[in-house]
Amino acid sequence: MTQPDNNNVSATDISQVEMMRLLVIVGQERKVEAFELLFRHYSPRIRSFMTVKTKDRQVAEELMQETMVAVWNKAAQFDPARGNVSAWIFTIARNIRIDAHRRKRPVFEIDDPAFVPDNTPSADVEFEQAQDAGLLRQAMETLPADQFDVLKRAFFDDVSHSVIARELGLPLGTVKSRIRLAFEKLRSALEGRR
Amino acid sequence: MNIKRHLSDAFLLDYAGGNLSEGWSLAVATHLALCPTCRRQLEAMEGAAGALLEKMPVEANATDDSWERMKARLGGLQAIEIKPEPPREPVKPGILPEPLRSYVGGDLPDLKWRALGRGAYQILIDTGDRDTQVRLLRIPAGKPVPEHTHEGCELTLVLAGSFRDGEDLFARGDIEEADDTLLHQPIATEGEDCICLAVTEAPLKFTSWIVRLMQPILKI
Ligand SMILES: [Zn+2]
Repeated sequence: MTQPDNNNVSATDISQVEMMRLLVIVGQERKVEAFELLFRHYSPRIRSFMTVKTKDRQVAEELMQETMVAVWNKAAQFDPARGNVSAWIFTIARNIRIDAHRRKRPVFEIDDPAFVPDNTPSADVEFEQAQDAGLLRQAMETLPADQFDVLKRAFFDDVSHSVIARELGLPLGTVKSRIRLAFEKLRSALEGRR
Repeated sequence: MNIKRHLSDAFLLDYAGGNLSEGWSLAVATHLALCPTCRRQLEAMEGAAGALLEKMPVEANATDDSWERMKARLGGLQAIEIKPEPPREPVKPGILPEPLRSYVGGDLPDLKWRALGRGAYQILIDTGDRDTQVRLLRIPAGKPVPEHTHEGCELTLVLAGSFRDGEDLFARGDIEEADDTLLHQPIATEGEDCICLAVTEAPLKFTSWIVRLMQPILKI
């Protein structure tokens, strides 16, 4: 097990910086060449993500195409100060999957006058966001297998924590504490940098 | 606002993964609108999901065909000018944030309350979700939450006033997560009526019981 080294710039950090640059170009300049590079990186991963649940490659391909069309259409809304590219693309793929199941997921609206804004400064350096992505990835690799497994099921198998508990034959409290322990580790990995 | 009572990681994770049904999600999203702390946790979770996405297996040799299809779609899309959303009518800062405000059709002064007895009022909120019961409650100052029995989990989000549950005080933005192992008796604080959003598991009906049994088998 290796400790995340804050001075070490990994190849994945650099590729996250590159992905961020491409996405900003797509948003501002509508450049198909930049979008193609994003597509070649993310489309196979999104197809795999969609296949986990549907088990049907044709359906997964269609949902992937829908996701990438949404990436193209919404690229201008991506804010490099508020998150990294892979997280942003995950949320788009997740929402496409929710729509495909005709489910509803109410969301908050940041333009709403009753919305309470965050007054603590966020990481506004693009590279820091990309580095956060790298730190999260490294920290995920150090999670115990049982915690990692619960996170993977939650994000990819499309099931709630109570269903995960039932599937694993575990008490609800055990699954809840695995989730809490996993995110305590991930949060402390992120805080360690700041 | 100084929120002290937050969502558990388990509820936030269900929401981050898109696995929380509409009724629960309404309470979670309304708390998120009021709580920058939980929004930061949500972002960390979506970051973790992004990290997992990067590590998904990559199928070889499928990308060229997919890109040809995408390019054909983009040809059509580029011609379509993406219209900016029409500016919405400005809403005065109020008590109920979105998404809740749209669900009840307005802010506090616009609401039509139904009497529950003993000075308490409620508004049942319609969702497409049959697993939960969602309501806005108005509890008179100093009085307990009426008819308080429920099976399973309950989320209570305070929107105005405050309530006490044992030693704990819950004020605007605070959310209480209770399950049936916890005996709780919320009482509105003296001085101001307490308005809160309460989500409970719907009373189990025969049909939904059958659906629950079938779920793991059908994977629906
Ligand atoms: Zn919170």
